[in-house]
Amino acid sequence: MSLRPLTTPWFHGPAGHEKIWLGCAILWCFVMSLMMPYWHFRGKQNSSGETYTVTPAAFMARTEQFVAANTVGTYKNPNPANALMQELPIVEPPAGGDAYLIGRMWSWYPALRLRQGETYRLHMSSLDLQHGFSLQPLNMNFQVLPGYDHVLTITPTSKGEFTIVCNEFCGAGHHAMSGKIFVE
Amino acid sequence: MASSSHNLLAPGTPGRTCGTTGLGVCLDAQRFIKLNAVSGIVFLLLGGIAALLLALTRWQTVHLLPVDWFYRILTFHGINMLILWILFFEVAILYFACTTPLNARLYSRKVAWVSFGLMIVGAVMVDYIILAGQADVMMTSYLPLLAHPLFYLGIILVAVGTLVGVFNFFATLYVAKRDGAYTGSMPIVTFGALAAAIIAVVTLLHGAVVMIPTFTYAMGWTAQPDPAWYRLIWWGLGHQSQQVNVCAMVAVWYLLSHIVVGARPINEAVCRTAFVLYILFINLASAHHLLVDPGVGATWKIWNTSYAMYLAVLASMVHGFTVPAGVEIAMREKGYTAGIFGWVTALPWRNPAFSATALSVVIFGFLGGITGVTLGTQQINIIAHNTLRIPGHFHVTVVGGTSLAFMGLAYYVVPLIFQRDFIFRGVARLQPWLFGIGITLLSFGMSFAGSMGVSRRSWDIDAQGVYGPAAHLWLGVLGIGGILAFLGLLTFVLLCVGTLLFGAKIENRPMADWGTPPALAGSQPGSLAHDHYATKGTIVLTLVFLACFAVYYFANWKALADVWPVR
Repeated sequence: MSLRPLTTPWFHGPAGHEKIWLGCAILWCFVMSLMMPYWHFRGKQNSSGETYTVTPAAFMARTEQFVAANTVGTYKNPNPANALMQELPIVEPPAGGDAYLIGRMWSWYPALRLRQGETYRLHMSSLDLQHGFSLQPLNMNFQVLPGYDHVLTITPTSKGEFTIVCNEFCGAGHHAMSGKIFVE
Repeated sequence: MASSSHNLLAPGTPGRTCGTTGLGVCLDAQRFIKLNAVSGIVFLLLGGIAALLLALTRWQTVHLLPVDWFYRILTFHGINMLILWILFFEVAILYFACTTPLNARLYSRKVAWVSFGLMIVGAVMVDYIILAGQADVMMTSYLPLLAHPLFYLGIILVAVGTLVGVFNFFATLYVAKRDGAYTGSMPIVTFGALAAAIIAVVTLLHGAVVMIPTFTYAMGWTAQPDPAWYRLIWWGLGHQSQQVNVCAMVAVWYLLSHIVVGARPINEAVCRTAFVLYILFINLASAHHLLVDPGVGATWKIWNTSYAMYLAVLASMVHGFTVPAGVEIAMREKGYTAGIFGWVTALPWRNPAFSATALSVVIFGFLGGITGVTLGTQQINIIAHNTLRIPGHFHVTVVGGTSLAFMGLAYYVVPLIFQRDFIFRGVARLQPWLFGIGITLLSFGMSFAGSMGVSRRSWDIDAQGVYGPAAHLWLGVLGIGGILAFLGLLTFVLLCVGTLLFGAKIENRPMADWGTPPALAGSQPGSLAHDHYATKGTIVLTLVFLACFAVYYFANWKALADVWPVR
């Protein structure tokens, strides 16, 4: 009885259908436990959390240096609905090299131009609040924190224009915070 | 003077014997069950009104609230639903679970007053400061976002008050055991509540560790805590508190399936072990929120997000079998033996406590559980983190699961504790269905919009122009589901309040029966006690569940394989 104390011995092992179910459930837990390490070694999409501490000022300086050395154009916002998105320099990192992306209230800076099939080390950090790097329409999402240089080793495999939206709440302009990645 | 079966009525302890169940009810416990449950329902209504406003804003075509009020109401909704409604109601459940089933009296009225006072002062404080526009920081209040100090102080007071209430629960258990109020082992309902209480202590300690330095920072007394550290510890509060809900919900499943159809766990040892697995492994799950974070590595993420090797998930799968299996055995013993599923059609689907329980099990398991484990898979989180898929998941665990189960419980708690029969019983019979269907639609809308990349906690999705008509359509489904769920919630609150004011009084008679399946002629209670292969329907249902789980799980790996390689 579920509502009154048990006065008869109640300790016995599973049997019958319960044993079958327990076996299936444990097996399934085992499969799921193995999938993550398997994907870590054999899969291509992983969040390994490579991180360095960095002050916002230092990250800003590195980004400005990166922009000054690699700017290839200017992105003008064609969407009048988003008044927050200002002009952004379009910056192309060398293939295999480092790219820097700042998240701040309320834009991603700068815009990046990448080459399909090349691999880049994308450094992301915030100058103020927490932000969420959300690459659309691919729907890849990573967290960006102030004080931490979060490095993604990323290989674009599809061409086109991609939008970075912010998916961590960061104040009144959060919904309109955006950036651009162009892949050629 | 007190007979051994009524220690509760020992000299000086006010008590009564329930006219429906014949169990002893401690009047002190009864008073605080009333106070906490009613407060919880008030916060449920507040959070529900906020929910409606939010659903009508995220429904992009309606887009009701202005931007500042959207984030304010979103903060308000999270706090009122996930913290206030749930904690107040859980304290009520704890007071019930440690007294009536054990024939025990509540340890201390004073401690219960202190607990309630702290909680209510904290709750009013936090709600006030949010609505005053001083805490637009979301429930998570991620640093460096900063709210007014009263926001943190309010949460601390609620947490401390809850801890005091949990202490009263432990003290009651201790005194009941010491004084021999009961013999044997505590029943599964109390055991489940005990597991919930233990997890609650660990949870609330995490809350203290993270909220106190944040409060002192907000006061300007100390330096800002590290944002990554804050996330780690905050989720020790934020995720674990939801596991308190899971535990309490499972205890309610056992309670209601017992009250309505006479079900009992088919194997007490396995059930109790499952609760112990919750206690041991559930706190690892704060990692679910840090899977795409900087600062924590793959090994840490993989180990923790799997709760050591999915042992807490195993616990839920055990309960997901044991609860329906107990019901099936009880029904078959009553004589409903036709085929594999004959017992299902004979279940009292018009009994709102039963339909709420059944819907809670199905919604929590099939929708909440499957999505939760999948989204909490380390790599799959890349295509889910902070999208609407996340609230799409937890609205079918904590709302379609926990809140719905608690609503079902109210259909017995109100008559038994407040001693009044429900008004508009025909409406009550429909309420769990309305709420369950609404919240399921809402969750589908959120989950599919989230799969298309729509982020959570965003006032407007049109600013970037990246979301197409399909995403807008699913946000419309979210809106319609939200309206239905709100109507279900409002119906529930009005029924409860109306019953407290106008319900027919119950004095020395049983409460009006919601409908329980009668035993058929020739049936024998206990006839299947030793038949371990009697749960044919349940084993089929759980295997179907496992198949759905596997399909959804591997479909998500496939979706992940389609995005850019990243390391």
